[in-house]
Amino acid sequence: MSTNEGSVVMNDSPGAGQTAMRRVILCAGTGCMANGAMKVFERFRKEMDQAGLNVVLELRPEAGDRDVRLSKSGCQGFCQMGPLVSIVPDGILYTKVRAEDVPEIVERTLVSGEAVERLLYKDPATRRICRGLEDNPFYARQDRRVLRECGFLDPEDIREFMLHGGYSAAKKAFLEMSPENICKQISESGLRGRGGGGFPTGRKWEAARIQKAAKKYVICNGDEGDPGAFMNRSVMEGNPHSVIEGLMIAARAIGADQTFVYVRAEYPLAVERMNRAVADAEREGILGKNVFGTGLTLKCNVLEGAGAFVCGEETAMIASIEGRRGMPTPKPPFPAQSGLWGKPTIINNVETLAHVPRIINEGAAAFRSIGTPESPGTKTFALTGHVANTGLVEVPFGTKLRELVLEISGGITDDNGKPMKNGFKAVQIGGPSGGCLTEEHLDLPLAYDSLRKVGAMVGSGGLVVLNQRTCMVSMARFFMEFTQRESCGKCVLCREGTKQLLALLDDVIEGRADAGTLDLLEKLGRAVQVGSLCGLGKTAPNPVLSTLRYFRKEYEEHIFEKRCRTGRCKALLKPEINAERCKGCGLCIKSCPTGAISGEKKKPHHIDPELCIKCGACATACKLQAVEGV
Amino acid sequence: MATAHLTVDRAEKFRIVCGILDRHGYRPSGLIPILQAIQREYQYLPEEVLTFVATSLDLPPARVFGVATFYAHFALEQKGKHVIRICDGTACHVKQSLPILNAIHGELGTSEKQKTSIDALFTVETVACLGACGLAPVVVVDEQVYGGMTPERAVALVNEIKMQEIAGDAQAAAAAVNGELHVH
Ligand SMILES: Cc1cc2nc3c(=O)[nH]c(=O)nc-3n(C[C@H](O)[C@H](O)[C@H](O)COP(=O)(O)O)c2cc1C
Ligand code: FES
Repeated sequence: MSTNEGSVVMNDSPGAGQTAMRRVILCAGTGCMANGAMKVFERFRKEMDQAGLNVVLELRPEAGDRDVRLSKSGCQGFCQMGPLVSIVPDGILYTKVRAEDVPEIVERTLVSGEAVERLLYKDPATRRICRGLEDNPFYARQDRRVLRECGFLDPEDIREFMLHGGYSAAKKAFLEMSPENICKQISESGLRGRGGGGFPTGRKWEAARIQKAAKKYVICNGDEGDPGAFMNRSVMEGNPHSVIEGLMIAARAIGADQTFVYVRAEYPLAVERMNRAVADAEREGILGKNVFGTGLTLKCNVLEGAGAFVCGEETAMIASIEGRRGMPTPKPPFPAQSGLWGKPTIINNVETLAHVPRIINEGAAAFRSIGTPESPGTKTFALTGHVANTGLVEVPFGTKLRELVLEISGGITDDNGKPMKNGFKAVQIGGPSGGCLTEEHLDLPLAYDSLRKVGAMVGSGGLVVLNQRTCMVSMARFFMEFTQRESCGKCVLCREGTKQLLALLDDVIEGRADAGTLDLLEKLGRAVQVGSLCGLGKTAPNPVLSTLRYFRKEYEEHIFEKRCRTGRCKALLKPEINAERCKGCGLCIKSCPTGAISGEKKKPHHIDPELCIKCGACATACKLQAVEGV
Repeated sequence: MATAHLTVDRAEKFRIVCGILDRHGYRPSGLIPILQAIQREYQYLPEEVLTFVATSLDLPPARVFGVATFYAHFALEQKGKHVIRICDGTACHVKQSLPILNAIHGELGTSEKQKTSIDALFTVETVACLGACGLAPVVVVDEQVYGGMTPERAVALVNEIKMQEIAGDAQAAAAAVNGELHVH
């Protein structure tokens, strides 16, 4: 271990704990990679070399004055603006960097020490230019803890992690703390599960600790099934060792010698990075047969999911690890009593585990000092949808929804990404299990209990912002289709109920619904909530029920006026040709794929509603905007 | 290469499967990783291989087929040479991923039921979130991620691959003649 063990250097500025060597850090998260970060990396290497700078790729403490360390980091969170390049200790953040920009950065920043202004972020609201993280509204209002190291540590370098105090908490847990004390400290911190349920982590561990069994297991839940959330992916890719360290502490706390990390199938890079991290930790004698020289054994296996949302549920995940279909089983018995292969097992979310080392190092009180009394600490949210800055944000619990959705987000955008004044309509929180909230909830503090009260939930932390052009009935249908497809089919209410809910929503969207439909939706939704076996079914009606509660008028318009105010529900469209505008040019007749339009030349044309498939081709073809209602 | 296994005879095929089973110690609990490894070799799970796996692990075939059909990741039919995955997760959906899907289907003559194009060059799938939501809407072709997609860009991309295939076909044919065709 490094000499700074015990002291937590993680809280210091990036690059602290080593020499002041200048560093160029390229974000190698999925988003930046897709936008060409690797080309930028290679170009840096070449240009730095040519400029006579000594490119240092591997971490080493002694540095010459022409040494510049070039490294990759995990996701820095500001995905929309990628590829991102940070330069420390200068505190510069360049956005949307292309390979062609690299010579200028090398010459002006690395050689002459000045910033290249055109590559700095410009705040869309104030047009102010932001030099680095401190003055960038996207970052400045965050409190990055779990995500912090993601943005500057090289995820493939265990030495660097250790130099920043990594594995000191695990070492402390194995060498200085009793399992009982670990559970106590986690309980006192008030840490609650970040995977959705918000169950107190310390209590879960304690329940498994007191079980008398020769074999126990810990599973890290990296299934991240919520479509539209990617915080777990970013942590596994950006700081895999922090997850392993949390996992080790959990194993020590309950007396397990075998751990698993279950990663979603769609995350190949996370699987690769986790595997590498495990192998490196074994090589350093951190995992394996003789953990920190204690003679204790601790193994870690990385497993890849196979594409089933329900496997995020604990008991289904256990079935999946045992090699069976991922179908949940009734609780009790709880996994902490009888889980994997009938042995006491705890399952924790990636983010929950990533908080643990800090709690062990800094103490429960420090963790409690942020957030709210019931929901202490920070939470990461994936901010997506119709906002200017999509990406990952980490804020203390209790932060107002408004701050995230309207402020950190950089404002609401239209479908083309242009700013949209007063464009906010709703925010969907908690994925397919969550709910849609409106303007009136924007001042709600984000916390487990406050959200549950209004029919939503923190869930995994997906925040999808919706603009005025979004049809809320279609949104509810989208989620219902997802849960219906992902229902494992074991219990009747979930299997059949979601199917019927989906059919009812289709009735609304396609104009077949009548006065009784809404009642039926509500009744059936309640029944599915009550009568389903696992959380999938129990929460599946939430998107429908919450939109029914807050956007009932929109449902009623679909049903009684056969109208969708956004024009997105095709079946309800009534295309008509405005006789005053139409000059009878015939362009629409030519464009119509079904021959639904007729009319004499130079006389107003007419659409036959029987033949019309509402494709909108005529509206696109018409130069006089005479086609209305599509 | 997707079609490579056709040229591999049965013995060779089962030799590969046996190697995978060996590595997993013939443990029934390793069924999912075993199937994943097999799919990595063949791009899908051929029926005869599944029955072979069942016998080897001493499991009822129904159990193996049950697992193979439960998980979306497993394919029981052969896929096209290039797999196009259109994300329809929430973030991509609200940024209009469906028009992209429809445009690609239209261009390739594929549909929700008929996922693979007639020339077996493309398989078109939807996926619920690739974890690149910051770039929504997202399309992944083979392993390459494309963000900020539009129907027009998607069609152009597909056509570009088609052109490359046509140009590359001549090369591949020459390579096959020279005995360079790589078989697993
Ligand atoms: C249908 C369903 C899907 C779930 N998906 C996930 C998931 O993707 N990731 C996760 O951490 N928890 C998920 N959970 C919650 C887990 O069952 C479990 O509560 C959680 O992993 C416990 O960890 P935590 O206490 O650290 O949050 C899901 C639950 C249900 C019912
Ligand atoms: S919703 Fe498409 S990548 Fe997440």
